[in-house]
Amino acid sequence: MSAEAVTVDHVLTTEDLNAYYGSRKAVGDVSIGFGRKAITALIGPSGCGKTTLLRCLNRIHEVSFDARVQGSVRLDGQDIYSSGVDPMAIRRRIGMVFQRPNPFPTLSILDNTLACAARGLNRKARVESAERALRQAALWDEVKDKLKSNPLQLSGGQQQRLCIARAVAAEPDVLLMDEPTASLDPIATAVIEELMGSLADEFTIVAVTHNMQQAARVSDVTAFMLADEDGIGRLIEVDETAKLFTKPANRKTEDYITGRFG
Amino acid sequence: MNRDLSTRGLGRRRAMGSLGTGLALFCATLAAAALLAILGYVVVQGIGAINWSFLTQLPHPVGVPGGGVGNGILGSLIIIGTATLMAVPIGLLTGIYLALFGRGPVPEALRFLSDVLSGVPSIAIGLFAYAVLVAPLKHFSAFSASFGFMMLMLPLLVRTSEQAIRSVPQTVREGALALGMSNFRATVSIVLPTAMPAIITALLLAIARVTGETAPLLFTAFGSQFWESNPGNPMAELSLQVFTYAISPYPSWQSQAWGGALLLIVAVFVLSLGARLFLRRAMQGSGT
Repeated sequence: MSAEAVTVDHVLTTEDLNAYYGSRKAVGDVSIGFGRKAITALIGPSGCGKTTLLRCLNRIHEVSFDARVQGSVRLDGQDIYSSGVDPMAIRRRIGMVFQRPNPFPTLSILDNTLACAARGLNRKARVESAERALRQAALWDEVKDKLKSNPLQLSGGQQQRLCIARAVAAEPDVLLMDEPTASLDPIATAVIEELMGSLADEFTIVAVTHNMQQAARVSDVTAFMLADEDGIGRLIEVDETAKLFTKPANRKTEDYITGRFG
Repeated sequence: MNRDLSTRGLGRRRAMGSLGTGLALFCATLAAAALLAILGYVVVQGIGAINWSFLTQLPHPVGVPGGGVGNGILGSLIIIGTATLMAVPIGLLTGIYLALFGRGPVPEALRFLSDVLSGVPSIAIGLFAYAVLVAPLKHFSAFSASFGFMMLMLPLLVRTSEQAIRSVPQTVREGALALGMSNFRATVSIVLPTAMPAIITALLLAIARVTGETAPLLFTAFGSQFWESNPGNPMAELSLQVFTYAISPYPSWQSQAWGGALLLIVAVFVLSLGARLFLRRAMQGSGT
């Protein structure tokens, strides 16, 4: 174990993680740790495997046809891919926010927020638990008067915050965000970025972004990924964000962050 | 250099364009006119036969004036209702299976068989129902007609419900799974409700399709002069009555055939209209 690994409290770690789509390897031999209540940004060009890596962390990768994972992912020391582990239980502890807002179109705003909350709560407890989640997602004030409305009436940024509230309502340990602002305008993006900062008080966040400025603005740690000549996504470098963007250790990282890439 | 902006042949292109538009318009009018002519003719011929006793009474024997197709309407409801009750679970579950686990040789074979089944003439389906349920039991029955109708509805339901479920964005399903929902719950409480308006549209169209079918009834439901509600017995059915009355030599029966035809057209029209309304809701549901 390196000196750094001892000092940093990692909630989630991967070891020699490989991810496949059929026979195509998309991510190869990634070993990385994600610090507790820190924001880690995964950056890299399109097709570098950063989204696939993220999707391995809550076992949603295996939902795709013919997709499989090799290696281990440990959540507080426990391998989430060992045979006795229920992927549903893992996904409750590791929430996910997707690239495009995906509220459930047939459920109201309230029911979206509570989609995975405990059943059997009475109405008052349900609304209270929804309010807590919606406040955490900085959406409460905008929707408190229309909790029964259809979520598709909300703007894109509001929909994305609803999806964050939905994930937060399950009280996970880790929140995975797959380019959460990719489909949003700059103002909605700024709101989400600010929100990520406040969510990090409570959750460990791993966020994929191909926007380097965003990584620099919001994250504590940044990991740079790049596909090798065989198209396999590799982890090139991971470091504190300030250090990675100013004094990258790897030449490829420097080429990418200075725009000399390609 | 000042280039001339009016190219050679512009006039001819414009003329061809107008000609094409005109031709398309003409053909569209022709198609619409044919439909309107049929509708108009049936309405004119049939409206006179329709009154309360026509809708509620049993057929009268030849020569006795009055009488109606009440038992045929009841029979249609029973036969089509039973067929729907059988076809919906089978068709919907097959559609779900194809949409969610639809890769590999077995689903491909299912799709192919379903497509073939949808092309089988309805008279052949009726013969099959006869061979399976009428001949061995040695008597005609409404249930055998329902069975035939179910066979007609199945391929429509299977393929359209598969399409409807497929058209629910994968991210919605993944969103549900990512919250820790089971595959079953994600499908039943998130994916299916999202696809439901399109599925109901397909169901209404499938019902409309069999409402207009007569061929499979000829040697299954067979027809009856009485109030019959036991699916194990021969039963009257509206389109079958239309057929019987229309080929009869008696003017009073012939005019009742027009009345029955009008009822059938109205039923199909209402079903199609309902289907369109649901489809519109489906479009609104999926648009963001």
